[in-house]
Amino acid sequence: MTPFIQPNLLPALPEMVMLAMACLVLVVDLFLPQEKRGFTLLLSLLTLILVGMATVYVSPANSISTFGGSFILDKLAVTLKLSVYVVTFMVFVYSRDYLKDLKIYKGEYYVLGLFAVLGMMIMISAHSFLLIYLGLELLSLSLYAMIASNRDSVTASEAAMKYFVLGALASGLLLYGISMFYGISGTLDITELAAVIKSQAASNPVMLAFALTFIVVGLSFKLGAVPFHMWLPDVYQGAPTSVTLFIGTAPKIAGFAMAIRLLVDGMSDLYVDWSQMLIVLAVASMALGNIIAISQTNFKRMLAYSTISHVGFILLGLLSGTELGFSSAMFYTITYAITSSVAFAVLMLLNRENHEAGEIADLRGLNDTNPWYAALLAIALFSMAGVPPTVGFYAKLTVINSVIQVDMVWLALTAVLFSVIGLFYYLRVIKAMYFDKPDENQVITIKEALDVKILLSANGLSLLLLGLFPSLLMAWCVAAFA
Amino acid sequence: MTMFADLPLLSLVVWLPIIGGIFVLFAGDKDPSGARKIALVFSILTFLLTIPLYTLFDSSSFAMQFAEKHVWISEFNIHYHLGIDGISMPLILLTSFITILVIISAWEVIQYRASQYLAAFLIMEGFMIGTFSALDSILFYIFFEAMLIPMFLIIGVWGGVNRIYATLKFFLYTFIGSVLMLVALIYMYSKSGSFAILDLHDLPLTIKEQTYIFLAFLVAFAVKVPMWPVHTWLPDAHVEAPTGGSVILAAIMLKIGGYGFLRFSLPITPDASNQLDWLIITMSLTAVVYIGFVALVQQDMKKLIAYSSIAHMGFVTLGFFIIFRITSSGDSQGAILALEGGMVQMVSHGFISAAMFLSVGVLYDRMHSRQIADYGGVVNTMPVFAAFMVFFAMSNAGLPGTSGFVGEFMVILAAFKANFWFAFLAATTLIIGAGYTLWMVKRVVFGDIANDNVKALTDINKREFLILGLLAIAVLVLGLWPDPLVDVMHPTINNLLQHISVSKL
Repeated sequence: MTPFIQPNLLPALPEMVMLAMACLVLVVDLFLPQEKRGFTLLLSLLTLILVGMATVYVSPANSISTFGGSFILDKLAVTLKLSVYVVTFMVFVYSRDYLKDLKIYKGEYYVLGLFAVLGMMIMISAHSFLLIYLGLELLSLSLYAMIASNRDSVTASEAAMKYFVLGALASGLLLYGISMFYGISGTLDITELAAVIKSQAASNPVMLAFALTFIVVGLSFKLGAVPFHMWLPDVYQGAPTSVTLFIGTAPKIAGFAMAIRLLVDGMSDLYVDWSQMLIVLAVASMALGNIIAISQTNFKRMLAYSTISHVGFILLGLLSGTELGFSSAMFYTITYAITSSVAFAVLMLLNRENHEAGEIADLRGLNDTNPWYAALLAIALFSMAGVPPTVGFYAKLTVINSVIQVDMVWLALTAVLFSVIGLFYYLRVIKAMYFDKPDENQVITIKEALDVKILLSANGLSLLLLGLFPSLLMAWCVAAFA
Repeated sequence: MTMFADLPLLSLVVWLPIIGGIFVLFAGDKDPSGARKIALVFSILTFLLTIPLYTLFDSSSFAMQFAEKHVWISEFNIHYHLGIDGISMPLILLTSFITILVIISAWEVIQYRASQYLAAFLIMEGFMIGTFSALDSILFYIFFEAMLIPMFLIIGVWGGVNRIYATLKFFLYTFIGSVLMLVALIYMYSKSGSFAILDLHDLPLTIKEQTYIFLAFLVAFAVKVPMWPVHTWLPDAHVEAPTGGSVILAAIMLKIGGYGFLRFSLPITPDASNQLDWLIITMSLTAVVYIGFVALVQQDMKKLIAYSSIAHMGFVTLGFFIIFRITSSGDSQGAILALEGGMVQMVSHGFISAAMFLSVGVLYDRMHSRQIADYGGVVNTMPVFAAFMVFFAMSNAGLPGTSGFVGEFMVILAAFKANFWFAFLAATTLIIGAGYTLWMVKRVVFGDIANDNVKALTDINKREFLILGLLAIAVLVLGLWPDPLVDVMHPTINNLLQHISVSKL
């Protein structure tokens, strides 16, 4: 019998803290009366801060591997985890008033959110198929429940069902691919898999490509790339905006991590195969996302289609296959999450008791009623369109640069031309805010809490700050892949 | 004077209006007169700071002056690099001067959200000066694109009836050109490892690469200038924009296109420019002749002036691209004449188009109509204004003694050295230009009083007199004595021509 070697538990300290605190929040929330619900929120925010501190505490100079090689802690993991915490912090703070309005201000939202973050942390640090799948399912199940949390909303239940069924299907396809790779290599560990593929690539190309296809399918579903994007618009539109805010931001970061761990760490020798697949997915995503978003009148649905086009850009960074490309895709993902949170947060502020704000028409004349929030939303939309001096321009610049460096100039041209098409629907929202008069019957006075105002302003201005000084974040992204 | 040597003058001139714009925004609409005063102070301050750029400019050197260089984004070798030479310095002075006039012109006219209006112009001024002084191509691109945002808002919020169509068209049209330029810039970075414009001037490129890069730049700058056939956004944008927006658009933003040709297309891709010069010359001559005729049939005064702008900018691009034909016959003086003619035409057109749009704005503020048919005999009720309007119309037509003549004459002379027919077609502007401008003036200003509205017109007040007077002085001085402008440009143009004459192949 091989003796049991205790794994080094220290790198997993953040995950352990998160698990303990999430369970604590769950139990504490049970005994709190409804008026004291704010305490749950405070406890959750405290959890995120504690876990953030733990992550910084254990961050290594080089990568550390533990739990028999299935858990990895490197600079990439640290940066991605910290960005997940920051984004989730903002999500929790922005959602509070919205949840109160919809009478779903329950502790379960925060507990499920914390478990989703735990799932993301595991995905980011996973170096074994099993752990990736574990993190993915933990994230997905938490999200399904969060979407359905507004019991009185038919669209929310429909969205949850759609996401659940399609998500289960995609997870099944992913598992099928994993099982084929297990069959070829005899191991679930990604580092060992890479070694096996290296030796087998010449002798077994069809089998490897077959398995790879299923992995890419599962991955594309989670990210929302065409043609596996069908769930995105319905889920974004149907879910309560607080959950849409969460889905649209943090899980994209985790999905990116999954892509890196699988495709780059594990299957880099199959680069020729998966890069060709990603080219097709990327071009289709940018095309479909941008073109269909033009006809949308619902702001959430429009942002869903725009997310699909942004996923196309992230895939562009990945498919270039260079470290610079990966760093630029990472930069794009993180800044997209920050930008997206501003857009959804401003939409949530416009909610009133009897009317849930979701249409572009709800934003009309926002410059007359609330010029500051109109300005913040305008900054976020210009950033998504890629107009300087916002950070979105720089994100697109780095991705296009990485594509041109590998001599795929035609791909870069396609990307920029589709982003010009994309510019139109962002301009249309800005036109509604600035050029249209507000509806007389529905005069909106935003009553926002001070903490939301400060955080949202900081969030919006960070888009300008990062646009002027992108090195602040880019240095971390480059270091993650150095 | 020596204290200016240590100041980072260019950075000040770029960022001061932007900071001023933010101050004006925070002054808000609770106190619009306070916002106006702050805006005026900042714009005058910026103009005063641009004067040392002229007085301390070394007219004998073609090197970049007042240069500042700092590492900005080290991962991509992008630097915050500013500097000016004989081409950009006059344009920066033009920008700061015109912005003051625009702010004064908005004093009583703009009542809705005045602080946002003035802030937009100030921030745009900072971006425009940044575009002219940037020596790093990504820095240039950022300023180039960022300018579109305030202009988009200005046309869309304070514009005319069809403003949304016009402003969306403006933004999308110019954006599509610029992104192609971005791809070209990144391609050159991948070849050279540098984004610095001066490095790109020296980058060796094959003829195939040069052709593609030239076409990418052409799309970007042709839309900006605008050249026929991608000019269709300009009449809509000018007609729908408020007076100040039209002035800035015509006086400054069009010149950025011309500047782009001089700073990017010609030095970076000289061989492609040489081979494709027939394309630019054809487009320019079409603009001069055909657009001139289109201007003749316009009913809306602003649209007429918009088309006239396109025709005048045709002269600019013609001047820039006939140089290859001239130098091939061994005459470098003629080529210098062409380039300097184009530059003088840019500055002069900046003054004249600003003046014309401001004049139409004066009429529009009173009558709320831009249709020529609604006017007639304005001279009877507004004699002082009529004097200004006729003067500016004459300079638009190219009367000797005004600045409009100098640039056109230089380009036509140089065109003779290239090809007789180029000069012949270009010279028809002297007839067509006089045609549309003077006919408009005849119908609007002269004759009997057309209707009761014209009878009720009041002459211009002190504020309008100040603006139009300053422009009249500028036009007259440049027309009678263009030497200060041409001397400043000469070494830079000379150097540019020498650089272009050397093939990169």
